Amino acid sequence: MTELSKTGAAVGEPTSSPESAPDAFLAVRDLKVHFPTDDGLVKSVDGLSFQVEKGKTLCIVGESGSGKSVTSLAIMGLHRLGARGKNVQMSGEIWLGGKELVNADPDEVRRLRGREMAMIFQDPLSAMHPYYTIGNQIVEAYRVHHDVNKKTARKRAIEMLDRVGIPEPDKRVDGYPHEFSGGMRQRAMIAMALVNNPELLIADEPTTALDVTVQAQILDLIRDLQKEFGSAVVLITHDLGVVAEIADDVLVMYGGRCVERGSVDDVFERPQHPYTWGLLGSMPRIDRETSDRLIPVKGQPPSLINVPSGCAFHPRCPYADIPKGDVTRTVRPELQPVGSGHFSACHLSPEDRTRIWTEEIAPKL
Amino acid sequence: MSETKKTDEAKTDAAPVATDEREVLLKVEGLKKHFPIRKGVLQRQVGAVKAVDGIDFEVRKGETLGVVGESGCGKSTMGRVITRLQDPTGGSIHFEGQDITRLSTAGMRPLRRDIQMIFQDPYGSLNPRHTIGSIVSAPFRLQGVEPEGGVKKEVQRLLELVGLSPEHYNRYPHEFSGGQRQRIGIARALALKPKLVVADEPVSALDVSIQAQVVNLMDDLQSELGLTYVIIAHDLSVVRHVSDRIAVMYLGKIVELSDRTSLYEAPMHPYTKALMSAVPVPDPKRRGAKSERILLKGDVPSPISPPSGCRFHTRCWKATEICRTTEPALVELKPGQQVACHHPENFEDQAPQDTVLLTVAKEAAELVADEVLAESAATSAALKAEAASEETPASADAEDDRQESTDK
Repeated sequence: MTELSKTGAAVGEPTSSPESAPDAFLAVRDLKVHFPTDDGLVKSVDGLSFQVEKGKTLCIVGESGSGKSVTSLAIMGLHRLGARGKNVQMSGEIWLGGKELVNADPDEVRRLRGREMAMIFQDPLSAMHPYYTIGNQIVEAYRVHHDVNKKTARKRAIEMLDRVGIPEPDKRVDGYPHEFSGGMRQRAMIAMALVNNPELLIADEPTTALDVTVQAQILDLIRDLQKEFGSAVVLITHDLGVVAEIADDVLVMYGGRCVERGSVDDVFERPQHPYTWGLLGSMPRIDRETSDRLIPVKGQPPSLINVPSGCAFHPRCPYADIPKGDVTRTVRPELQPVGSGHFSACHLSPEDRTRIWTEEIAPKL
Repeated sequence: MSETKKTDEAKTDAAPVATDEREVLLKVEGLKKHFPIRKGVLQRQVGAVKAVDGIDFEVRKGETLGVVGESGCGKSTMGRVITRLQDPTGGSIHFEGQDITRLSTAGMRPLRRDIQMIFQDPYGSLNPRHTIGSIVSAPFRLQGVEPEGGVKKEVQRLLELVGLSPEHYNRYPHEFSGGQRQRIGIARALALKPKLVVADEPVSALDVSIQAQVVNLMDDLQSELGLTYVIIAHDLSVVRHVSDRIAVMYLGKIVELSDRTSLYEAPMHPYTKALMSAVPVPDPKRRGAKSERILLKGDVPSPISPPSGCRFHTRCWKATEICRTTEPALVELKPGQQVACHHPENFEDQAPQDTVLLTVAKEAAELVADEVLAESAATSAALKAEAASEETPASADAEDDRQESTDK
């Protein structure tokens, strides 16, 4: 795994701007997050490694229950809070700007949270406190990390609201979350997340609850802000359209593990895992007349308590019988490099994969 | 559905003609649904949320009508009103020629066999205390229908039809995943062999891979059972995939109603154009083409006091004085493409004398790339020249209609 992580540095190789050296700002190594329950151990994340550099965007895609959100909460150190904290088993390493977080003192993580790393949640209505004004909540987030008086903090809050495109920020700063529309609320939450200029921004399905027109606005905003602040962005989504729009690198998760990782061009142009093919095939597309039928992934997502043996995807994989013997059912595939900075965890031979992709999958998309 | 798709592929222009010949199953005229806002001790009505505010359309037998729009545009209310789950405030609904606008609950009951609904939330629409068997057999119980071979056998057949196992008969909803629950909802809707199925966001709560399974299932069932669908969705890619004709709604009105190919290839209403340009395309190579995107300014206005004239004029980059004062009627500009706009895209300008942009439009235009503006100006100029050289009957009609709407 460590070996892989090292080679994994290539994943973040700059695709657009050549001047930023690969100095992985966020590095996750062999992260495991397990929850013991009455029904058994839920292995939400089971050995995940990736890294993101400043100024780059990594998109994590996968079905619900594939461990995307658990990963983001683990990075933020939010699993260890409150009653939930007693009930989680975490191992592995999370490095943020040279500091390790999994085994760090909770107080230290708290100092980093909000200042070095911030998060945007899917549903801004439940992520914000209904009882306090938007302004108050942003001011609080700012004053936790900065020793300033209320007046200065309020000025900063108005400045941030203005920056994220909220009209009349000096008036809206005193509004309550319910007085904002969905898109405006999401902007306010982005303002709150960015008020301390964090270097890592994690966005968990930031646009899923929004209309397409608003989604386009928010994605544009995230992209602009990233350019301006140079932060690293981890964006979690299930929408491959959003991924193609905003990602530099893509990580495809299935059953708590990474099944494919690579640059956005690699994953869309030369995907190397049958699950990625399935995702691409099941999406209706607006830009072209699709063939009569979509090609869905058959079956249901796996249970994280009884993850299928061998390759977790084998019960749903149409190509599970191609590799000789019952290797797909007994041996768990590890991530293998399949190109420069492109990794896939699949038992199919590279020749088979290339053949299936170019002959069977790509023409139907 | 696959039937019509084939005709679509064969000849784009032939599609609307082919659908025109089909019998009209549902006809909606001037449909309105206003929700009163009451205040004070006496609960006096102080206003109304105009969720649906005068819409007309027809659904023909065997076709799929897609309804798209942003949240709050009234598409779900429309679905609930045409199935008479809610009473309309005005207008009329005809099903198979029968006026069902004011039918009582009892009067509607026999029709419930023919009109069914599939709901968005597969978690909220199944009673957690009932088994799958009793959920799917409820329509038989309520309608007093005794299917051939008994209810249980029929329910098991339905479960198989939607891709579940007959052994699931005695299980409870919580034992199923989202996709499976949606299948149960579909089985229930199909139990009485309805003629019209109204599906409100049938796949939006599901993962992409499962979404594709359900879309394919609905497609198969349509060709197998000859169903007619009204599919309400906010996902334009899904709607493109499933629909024969598509209605685009904005603030309680239909702004464009068109067959699929024309709508996606040459949308006429600026709102449709903006809506479609905003859909992210799963192709990283297209990212450079970002300039095609039209960002809309601000949010959808409140349906309590919708803007005067054209409701889109507050966010439209082409809005002029006439848009503020006169409401454009939904007219058929091209065969099979109805649009409510004074200055449509990809077509001759309907109000060429009005050229001064509103101040809001100038602001909105700043968000639209110059290429888009130039391109749309070029197409409308070309079309105008073309129309001038040969005055086609269709555009003459449209001209009359426009005159009428201006007179109003």
